[in-house]
Amino acid sequence: MSLAFDDYGRPYIILRDQGQKKRMKGLEAYKSNILAAKAVANTLQSSLGPKGMDKMLVSPDGDVAVTNDGATIVEKMEIQHPTAKLLVELSQSQDAEIGDGTTGVVVLAGKLLEQALTLLDKGIHPLKISDGFDRACDVAIKHLESIAEEIDIQANDHEALIQAACTALGSKVVSKRKRELGKIAVTAVLDVADLKRKDVNLDLIKIQTKTGGSVEDTRLISGILIDKDMSHPQMQKEVTDAKICLLTCPFEPPKPKTKHNINISNAEDYKKLYQQEQQYFIDMVKLVKDSGANIALCQWGFDDEANHLLLQNDLPAVRWVSGTDVELIAMATGARIIPRFQEITPEKLGKAGSIKEVQFGTSNERMLVIENCQCTKAVTILIRGGSQMIVDEAKRSIHDAICVIRNLIKDNRIVYGGGSAELACALQVLQYADEVSSVEQYAVRSFADALEGIPNCLADNCGLNPITSVAQAKSRQLTEKNPRIGIDCMELGTSDMKEQKIYETLSSKKQQIQLATQVVKMILKIDDVIAPDDY
Amino acid sequence: MDIVGNVLPQVLKDEATEDKGEMARLQSFVGAIAVADLVKTTLGPKGMDKILKPTGPGQEMTHITVTNDGATILKSMYVENPAAKILIEISKTQDEEVGDGTTTVAVLAGELLREGEKLIQKRIHPQHVIAGWRIARDVALKRLRDISSENDINSQEFHDDLVKIARTTLSSKLITSDRDYFADLCVNAVLRLKGSSNLDYIQIIKLPGGTIRDSYLDDGFILKKQITIGCKRRIENAKILVANTAMDYDKIKIYGTKVKVNSMDKVAEIEAAEKEKMKHKVDKILKYQPTVFVNRQLIYNYPEQLLADSGITVIEHADFEGMERVAAATGAEILSTFDAPERAAQVLGHCDLIEEIMIGEEKMIKFSGCKKNEACTIVLRGASTHILDEVDRSIHDALCVLITTVKNKRVVWGGGNSEMQMAAACEEEAKKVQGKQAFAIEAFARALRQIPTIICDNGGYDSAELIQNFKVELQKGNQNCGLNMTDGTIGSMSELGVKECLRVKEQALMAASEAAELIMRVDDIVKCAPRKRERA
Repeated sequence: MSLAFDDYGRPYIILRDQGQKKRMKGLEAYKSNILAAKAVANTLQSSLGPKGMDKMLVSPDGDVAVTNDGATIVEKMEIQHPTAKLLVELSQSQDAEIGDGTTGVVVLAGKLLEQALTLLDKGIHPLKISDGFDRACDVAIKHLESIAEEIDIQANDHEALIQAACTALGSKVVSKRKRELGKIAVTAVLDVADLKRKDVNLDLIKIQTKTGGSVEDTRLISGILIDKDMSHPQMQKEVTDAKICLLTCPFEPPKPKTKHNINISNAEDYKKLYQQEQQYFIDMVKLVKDSGANIALCQWGFDDEANHLLLQNDLPAVRWVSGTDVELIAMATGARIIPRFQEITPEKLGKAGSIKEVQFGTSNERMLVIENCQCTKAVTILIRGGSQMIVDEAKRSIHDAICVIRNLIKDNRIVYGGGSAELACALQVLQYADEVSSVEQYAVRSFADALEGIPNCLADNCGLNPITSVAQAKSRQLTEKNPRIGIDCMELGTSDMKEQKIYETLSSKKQQIQLATQVVKMILKIDDVIAPDDY
Repeated sequence: MDIVGNVLPQVLKDEATEDKGEMARLQSFVGAIAVADLVKTTLGPKGMDKILKPTGPGQEMTHITVTNDGATILKSMYVENPAAKILIEISKTQDEEVGDGTTTVAVLAGELLREGEKLIQKRIHPQHVIAGWRIARDVALKRLRDISSENDINSQEFHDDLVKIARTTLSSKLITSDRDYFADLCVNAVLRLKGSSNLDYIQIIKLPGGTIRDSYLDDGFILKKQITIGCKRRIENAKILVANTAMDYDKIKIYGTKVKVNSMDKVAEIEAAEKEKMKHKVDKILKYQPTVFVNRQLIYNYPEQLLADSGITVIEHADFEGMERVAAATGAEILSTFDAPERAAQVLGHCDLIEEIMIGEEKMIKFSGCKKNEACTIVLRGASTHILDEVDRSIHDALCVLITTVKNKRVVWGGGNSEMQMAAACEEEAKKVQGKQAFAIEAFARALRQIPTIICDNGGYDSAELIQNFKVELQKGNQNCGLNMTDGTIGSMSELGVKECLRVKEQALMAASEAAELIMRVDDIVKCAPRKRERA
């Protein structure tokens, strides 16, 4: 950073290590920030839509991930630039809130920034730009709500939900099986959904992955699948009418946390201690057995002797069950998590129809399935696929689909996809622009242009001529007064997205436009960047 | 800098790179094809082997591996290219899932990408290529299932099929000259399992010395351990107690215990107590009235002597896997406490004869006539450890395929027949499809046909001529024709007895096309800055 000098030639030092810091301010800072953020948006741009491409990401340790999911891409890119990081957070907050549309939100932000850049070149003040964007955003949201339609999610065997799931899955590598996977996701969500409260607890859907087979072999298991097997190879492999004792204490002698010493000074004590130790194990197993339990699941390990005693008492047991699984099982079977053996009582046991061990492939990997749980119907989606990467990507895709279905159950208003909603908003915003009499007019108009960027980008990714197809769709929307005209990405011969059944949730679209506008406003307010020089 | 010359701010970390579009695609094609080319020469009965030499210092790093097994080769390679890693990954999954066809799956994926690259150069969008491939895959899969046949599991035909499949699998391996011998051996081993898919029951013991021909299938169970000195070497009608318990001294498991004494007398007392405790344990064990005692853990001299005195044969230090197998084979329960002698009948294992035998120079313990007669042991002999390791891998492949076949039961003709049939089906389909996807379907057919082509090339035959003749034979309606790799002609596979398992082919087709699709969809590769490692 350059230094200022006083009359005597001494430098003014204001910041520590001022000489080694770099400072950018004014227009230069704006532009640099916008360019950095745009670079990220550009990377994601080609992943948008049903014909979007994937990104291959190599982690610092050399592991490979192939994905199409916006949030995952930006997270794994390990972005360093501070402004570009804002876009990462943007995508992640969309992921956390809605779960879908993580690519779209970043692309929209990119388009807005692109417009902001030209406005800055025109000499419009950044705050005016962000004010204009803000006003345009309100108009767009209002319009979005007016064109949204309510759908009957129950009609025709939940067809609408399946279609919405298909839309979410359409852009992924698993798109070939989108119908099957969509159905699996819908059944899974409906199984655990509380339709009265319009709420879905996604914790009850467990997604388990296992390489091998192919994506077609993906199954919905109406129960809980845990990647564990019985603690002793000879325990019985199947328990029907299971009464589950869920423990978070190990089958081991107690280990008090306070430091202590037991000193043994004669043979008597030695013998006593030995007997006591044996008694511990017997007591433990007896307590479990007496409660009427016929299977014990434990979060901790077993001592060899305890393990054998369990076997001897015909009490199948599973050790090292993970904490999340323990909670899930507790929720599903109605079991209380028991932290001490003394507190085991029959009413704290969970109940399930059956628990059995299943096996996959030639390698001897076994898993446990808990079916017909007493309380809620927790479900597991078991994802299979040719390689780890496909399985991982399928997991992310199914997660997206599940989120979409959940959002629809919460709020059954939808807008149509294929860029139609964005186009409709763009037209409305454009109309509004002319009513604005101040400088903001330009910003509002640019907002409309940015919204148009989404269908543009969709068309581009599908190999259509973007300008022609967007122009066509726009004019048809105006002349036919039909906000459902979009881009025909799949080349099905119709541009009416209602006919194509491309559903997107209203909440997701709203959130996309709001979040993107917010982030752009934030970036436009930065006019000074001070950073260490080697940055 | 972008095209106009503006300096773009740096977004990624210092050493990270990003390749887009053509560059990214080129990078992944090159990587995947290179890997496929590397393993391609091992394909088929005339395929060659590879030497794998580990890098790095140290004695153990000089141990080389000679192999022809695709999964083993790919697993041991260190690659940087992300697309190549995907190929290695599918090969590994193939190995875990069906155990064979690990080379085929990598080669097929590579060939698909090679064809895909040509299509991209013709300016066909990757998504169109993928759309075509998906159609082609479904058609190929359907044809594959149509041409497969099924035999009843108990029939003689099924048994013959199994032998043929084992022979086909083994024919590409080192032991190809003895394949009939080993095929019988593997089939007999698998049939003992009676439909169960637990490979644990088949134990493979490798002993250098003798020739490959000296290998044999033993119907008993062999434990690579010795009977403790001073015990009987031969026990008939043995009652076996299998245990996992400390027989050195019983540690006190209660935390924080410490023995503190103030005189020598007390030490002696404690020692006596300790001994007594052990004696007590031995007494409890004796109540079960076993004749053989197998323990996973070390047995100290004192309890050993006590047991031997009671005429019990003691085997100590059985490794965990071996012990589980003993338990499974003899029907014993693995014990850790000994308080319920009334259950003795239930927990003790049984076998007709236990004896110490010599194989080569090594003493082993053989359990024959076990309660559960499923267990058996394959004893492999051979001139060097390298050969033995390779034979082990080959036998493992064959066993996996056989088990898969027993489960799935459907078989197809080998010798490239299934690939050619699938290719033909794809080509027929391509004629019906409108749009540019048809090119991709044709490309899929070409990639499939590459498999028999490579097999021919590896055998040193004129592949162009053979494959054309092959096509014509199929066209004539000769459904079971295939490559005769001994004469370099097209022959009847039913006469030659070359069969393969449908499941293996299916899995290879699905996995390869899934992987190729995955790679094809990529248009951007971001490599993060490698993690800095401190040298110790």
